[in-house]
Amino acid sequence: MSKKILAAPYLIWMTGFIVIPLALIVYYGLTDRSGAFTVANVASIATPEHIKALWLSLGLSLASTVVCLLLAYPLAMILRNRGIGRSSFIVFIFILPMWMNFLLRTMAWQTLLEKNGVINGILSVFHLPGQNLINTSGAIILGMVYNFLPFMVLPVYNVLSKIDNDTINAARDLGANEFQTFLRVWLPLSVPGIISGITMVFVPALTTFVISNLLGGSKILLIGNVIEQEFTRGSNWHLGSGLSLVLMVFILISMAVIAKYDKNGEGSAF
Amino acid sequence: MKKKIFVYSMVAVMAVTVMAGCNGGDSGSTGENPSDKKEAGEAGSDELYVYNWGEYIDEDVITQFEEETGIRVVYDLFETNEEMYPIIEAGAVTYDAVCPSDYMIQKMVDNDLLAEINFENIPNKDQIDPAYMEMSKAFDPENKFSVPYCWGTVGILYNTKRLGELGVEPPTKWADLWDERLSGEILMQDSVRDAFMVALKRDGFSMNSEDEVQLQQAKQALIDQKPLVQAYVIDQVRDKMIGGEAAVGVIYSGEMLYIQEEVADLGLDYTLEYVLPEEGTNLWLDSWVIPKNAKNKENAEKWIDFLCRPEIAKANFEYITYPTPNKGAFDLLDEELQNNKSVFPDMDSLVNCEVFHYLGDEVDSIYNDLWKEVKSN
Repeated sequence: MSKKILAAPYLIWMTGFIVIPLALIVYYGLTDRSGAFTVANVASIATPEHIKALWLSLGLSLASTVVCLLLAYPLAMILRNRGIGRSSFIVFIFILPMWMNFLLRTMAWQTLLEKNGVINGILSVFHLPGQNLINTSGAIILGMVYNFLPFMVLPVYNVLSKIDNDTINAARDLGANEFQTFLRVWLPLSVPGIISGITMVFVPALTTFVISNLLGGSKILLIGNVIEQEFTRGSNWHLGSGLSLVLMVFILISMAVIAKYDKNGEGSAF
Repeated sequence: MKKKIFVYSMVAVMAVTVMAGCNGGDSGSTGENPSDKKEAGEAGSDELYVYNWGEYIDEDVITQFEEETGIRVVYDLFETNEEMYPIIEAGAVTYDAVCPSDYMIQKMVDNDLLAEINFENIPNKDQIDPAYMEMSKAFDPENKFSVPYCWGTVGILYNTKRLGELGVEPPTKWADLWDERLSGEILMQDSVRDAFMVALKRDGFSMNSEDEVQLQQAKQALIDQKPLVQAYVIDQVRDKMIGGEAAVGVIYSGEMLYIQEEVADLGLDYTLEYVLPEEGTNLWLDSWVIPKNAKNKENAEKWIDFLCRPEIAKANFEYITYPTPNKGAFDLLDEELQNNKSVFPDMDSLVNCEVFHYLGDEVDSIYNDLWKEVKSN
């Protein structure tokens, strides 16, 4: 009985802030303005503009996920091989910026990348030609990598730090060289962390609209921007919800992938 | 297993927050949540729920109103007309006084959301220049539902020094925004109707056009212009232009006073000038209205009357810097300000200007679809 009472706040939280909102999205997504059932909102993903935005989002978030993985894996290896005290300090440094609002940090990148911004200012001191950095796909990928990198580092680091040194030593004893050890021991054992890292970066990158607005100058339309516009500008909640449902398919796929590769939940971030 | 559930719920929470974030999460609120206090408001004597744009009032005015009338003001903010509309329509929170723009007022009238204002309670209405009441007829034909609060135009802001460097003469018309020498130097408005207004007006069409051919032509024009555009922005035009990021930008006239002061304060080595394009532009009005479901209608009328007082309107003008339609307040201003043509353009320079009309949901969605085509191109 007392256990049930203790669970109540979580139950209320989950119903109020997860189940009901999701149900609302499903309801709006599958009805039109008059309230009649329709699949037109979901099907509208097939229109050329939406498909293009979706492909672009998939492309950019894939690129940023790959970059994140390439940056995070070596870092996680380094962290693992250091003593506890030192590595936790480095992890702390990595998490530190996350305490500041994500919007502010992205706006700071705007100041850095602008035509008269900090980076071009430094270039001009050395009499180097100014670069057109902001309002490009590259700037959006940079913003995504910067914001989501910790979500890749933490799960990978978590998994790596759980690999017993004896396993590595055994591989060495049996004659494996560095490269073989990495390929046959490190990598397979860290798959759960990699998969959960990929999901944690890929899904928010796929759905973002703030980063593309701020660093893309609203010139690059991602699927997240389309949905945002339907809600805030177009006042068409039905279409926005319908497209959100399409995005949810990608989230469900990611969850299925996690479930398949991360059976014991080793790759969880925290 | 437990951890797996945790990961699931993490992903779910993230998904929900990302999507919930779409729903205009950035509307600020300075007042208390009106729904908390609704019971108290039933009596309808000493409370007033106001819904206004952000930074659209001198906060001291609210305090002054509260002190003078003993009415407690609950003040909430919205950022776009489109964000405000569903809230009034749903009626879950009832506001007594709202300040939407022209075309949105028309939409609200069409959908029977507004109450007729009892002008006997607003003696200070006489302070409003009749010219603006005339202008209001574009969206409120009998002047029954709205009292003008701020107005302005949309025009081109340009950086004289940067244009000199590029060897481009100052713009005088919208068509100048298609000049290839300005590649990467143009800031456009990131809103459907404003962007289409520029393209439609350039070709001599009405900015309230519903004609398929004209809209397609405007869309193509915007697509052609896109490679020249540095960014589509809204409020950032102001800061980017002050920072010298771009040579020309489409901007609301109300920002001019702030920009001129800022440029002078910072001692910048360039000047920013504002021009009303020859082809005509958008003339907009934001007016106070009272929703039909308002619980404190008389208080709302007191509020509107209070805001029409010349000295109050002057205080608000000095804070907002958007031109005031209040004749009394205008007379109180310095002569220099009165003659500032960027802020108060001559009425006869506005001949080709139009006020936005509400075109109906169907035409709205045509505009939205065309805009998406522009953006995704």
